[in-house]
Amino acid sequence: MAAPVAESWSWFPVLALGVSLLKCLFISSYHSTDFEVHRNWLAITHSLPVSRWYYENTSEWTLDYPPLFAWFEFGLSHVAQHFDRNMLVVENLNYASPSTVLFQRLSVVFTDLVFIFATRECCRCVQEQKGSRDVLNRPSFVLAVLLLWNFGLFIVDHIHFQYNGFLFGFLLLSVAKHLQARHLQGALLFSILLNLKHIYLYVAPAYGIYLLRSYCFTQDNKDGSVRWRSFSPLRLLALGSIVVSVCALSFGPFIVMGQLPQVLSRLFPFKRGLCHAYWAPNIWALYNVLDKGLALLGVRLKLLEEAELPRASMTGGLVQEFQHSVLPSVSPSVTLVCTLLSILPAVASVWRRPRGALGFLRCLLLCALGSFMFGWHVHEKAVLIAVLPLSILAVESREDAGIFLVLTTTGHYSLFPLLFTPAELPIKVSLMLMFTVYSFTALRKLHSSQGPLLRPLEIIYLLGLVAVGIACEVVFPLSPWQQRLPFLPLLATSVYCSVGVCYSFLRLYVSLLRRDEEKPKQT
Amino acid sequence: MQTWSLVSICVLLGVVVRWGVSLNYYSGAGKPPMFGDYEAQRHWQEVTYNLPVQEWYFNTTDNDLNYWGLDYPPLTAYHSWICAYIAKMINPEWVELHKSRGYESPAHKLFMRATVLVADLLIYIPAVVLYCLYLTDGSSKKKVSTLLCFLLYPGLILIDYGHFQYNGVSLGFALWGVLALGLGWDVLGSMAFSLALNYKQMELYHALPFFFYLLGKCVKLGLMGRGLFLLARIAVTVLVTFALCWLPFLSDPSQTMQVVRRIFPVARGLFEDKVANTWCSLNTLIKIRSILSSESQLYLSFACTLLAILPSCIRLLTKPTFWQFKLALANSSLAFFLFSYQVHEKSILLAALPVCLLLNNLPLMAVWFLQASTFSMLPLFLKDGLLVPYVVTSLAFLFFSIYLLSALERCSEEELRLGSLP
Repeated sequence: MAAPVAESWSWFPVLALGVSLLKCLFISSYHSTDFEVHRNWLAITHSLPVSRWYYENTSEWTLDYPPLFAWFEFGLSHVAQHFDRNMLVVENLNYASPSTVLFQRLSVVFTDLVFIFATRECCRCVQEQKGSRDVLNRPSFVLAVLLLWNFGLFIVDHIHFQYNGFLFGFLLLSVAKHLQARHLQGALLFSILLNLKHIYLYVAPAYGIYLLRSYCFTQDNKDGSVRWRSFSPLRLLALGSIVVSVCALSFGPFIVMGQLPQVLSRLFPFKRGLCHAYWAPNIWALYNVLDKGLALLGVRLKLLEEAELPRASMTGGLVQEFQHSVLPSVSPSVTLVCTLLSILPAVASVWRRPRGALGFLRCLLLCALGSFMFGWHVHEKAVLIAVLPLSILAVESREDAGIFLVLTTTGHYSLFPLLFTPAELPIKVSLMLMFTVYSFTALRKLHSSQGPLLRPLEIIYLLGLVAVGIACEVVFPLSPWQQRLPFLPLLATSVYCSVGVCYSFLRLYVSLLRRDEEKPKQT
Repeated sequence: MQTWSLVSICVLLGVVVRWGVSLNYYSGAGKPPMFGDYEAQRHWQEVTYNLPVQEWYFNTTDNDLNYWGLDYPPLTAYHSWICAYIAKMINPEWVELHKSRGYESPAHKLFMRATVLVADLLIYIPAVVLYCLYLTDGSSKKKVSTLLCFLLYPGLILIDYGHFQYNGVSLGFALWGVLALGLGWDVLGSMAFSLALNYKQMELYHALPFFFYLLGKCVKLGLMGRGLFLLARIAVTVLVTFALCWLPFLSDPSQTMQVVRRIFPVARGLFEDKVANTWCSLNTLIKIRSILSSESQLYLSFACTLLAILPSCIRLLTKPTFWQFKLALANSSLAFFLFSYQVHEKSILLAALPVCLLLNNLPLMAVWFLQASTFSMLPLFLKDGLLVPYVVTSLAFLFFSIYLLSALERCSEEELRLGSLP
């Protein structure tokens, strides 16, 4: 392969096309109930008038994303009618004809174009090393592969079925715009994203504080602190009007129809339990396990009566309310307080000493990870909100690369239980190995001059992941405990991964606070 | 980046693509009474496991040869036996005599697909990796690019993992033979190729170049000295390999003859269905099948085939270099495909393998041929419901090979070696 001397981006379309073709190969693989969710939403938005969208509940999968996403599904439904009209009938529950599957799968692949465009913009923002002629060694190339061929995004979107690529495209594009100092565009993109899926509210504090601090205050003092006099009301007005107008466009019709309370109740359903059926690897998984452990210990030591313990199982298949037996139960407000406390130092750091757009990115990361750690009813898929932006930092800084390897490998492994069918086992193992081998070797080569990326303890932990994997996927199904304790592998995966995720969270915080101690650099 | 990591990524990508294709339908899915190649392989597992060796190739009450009778040499039968042994441990219903006819289930499909993948991982893929790393010239990036394109060749993936066959085993053995010959291990190479021949008789398409190359090498070493010794060692190796493979059938001459009759069915006409060779194409203009008698058809195809391969083989005899050997393999297999008797469209894979070996040296022509060979099997893929995998894998192969091997840039006359002989 001839290495061109000039800055040639010919490899980018090849990477993008390659991954898109690979996605098309899995059209007939397993898909989860999320497939039916989106088919239902296509049907609702196409067949019913707008006033009925948030009241419709023929299917259990009611519309629980903000209105812009509903309009997106409405647009898709116009293309869908050329594939198979029957999928747009609301009563056709669990309808999955071959044309339906083809259409839905292709729509995910097609909307991933937003993600591909966003990756391109992020790669442009990454600083190139001077004099590196080898394409494989360029930070932009490595970042492109880490984003486009991300294992977690691939299996969640194209096998499990969701539209995360589309949404993350908006997030990454907004980040790229901020890195390029185009703040208004970044704010616009983020407002659109918020109105597409409200889970990104978790990272809104980072945006809010950063834009207020670095955009509305046009100048800093010499030591980096805020110069109150340089406040620009015009800029604040511009930002405010962008956000308000996007929200008005999205929620406007429903406010006019007086349906806002109903929409909000659909968007924020707090009836679900603390943890998803499969515990996301966050603090609450460790809390649950500790509680169970203490309960078992208490029964053994005759400190507790077994009959007194609540009967509800936390590891049951459906989402239910449950209580803890020994430790205090956790309510949604407690999780909110914990989340806010966890992101407070990061946000405060951005306010006191903003380090440009990269500092904002770090704060965004910590907000995302903090809310993953302490949030209510978190899905394990949410770890991707932290993994993808961290890729940008990983190709530029050695310390971040090390944290990235731990968080990504752990986070990706925690997604394994999503694909539980035996036919998908070789796919998830091979793809995971591919991504892991690539990320380790590419990042090590990129930062080779600055020493090893991982500490020995981290290497041992990651090797332990392999052992857990083999135990859960191969050994356990063939062992006698399969009948008695069917949720043991899920428990083991969840707990083992939460250790890694917590560790990465702490390390990221330490790295942020350590940067805070240094003298402020010119941004 | 280190070569080992790039190689492992390529191999993993190859495995992912293969398994992705295998999620689709197989031949004869849900089509009683005869089903397709998938059912044939399952039936052979049933027959080889439940019946004694003497009955495998004979028409008995337990073994109805009209329902997918064994028509491959003994090594295929032994492979089926091994698979059946494992199948019996998982679910005996899969290989129960008579009762398991037409058995179809998701678990069984998973098992069968897994057997193909395991065979590939053990035989075909290591051969491809070693070939690209040791017998391809150029930088390590070029070697890895060749490896990726070689592994992504759509024809073999779609037939083995879609339609359902075990071509990876026979082609893998043949590739091991080529690899050994390229590294100078002639005896091991001839053993590997004998194994390939004993797995599928169609490997005869590759036999003449192997024979002439080794003969030419012996002649060069001197027929009175080391050459003769080498020739003797090769001959003994081949005979011993054949003897070991055919051991259960050598006790009785009628056994041997029956196996030969099964693997060379000369009663079946010049061609079947539609296949992209001369006889089928000629048949649209001149109805050969009705003009000539069955015997003269046989002689005609034999003569044409011989005529087509003789030049390259004689050249190989006089100049036994590895490059000539590769070209002769491509020439011989194509000649057989075009002119031989009872050619199936899947036999194009036997020509595709040698052309894959030329990917590095003649990228444009190799990619062109490989793409055309996959396209020639399109009716088969459509019948099996493999349109989407076909489009995806063909596009991927086309783009990756054109980009990675710079196929369109290396188009000068010298590059294409269209000029005089080197």
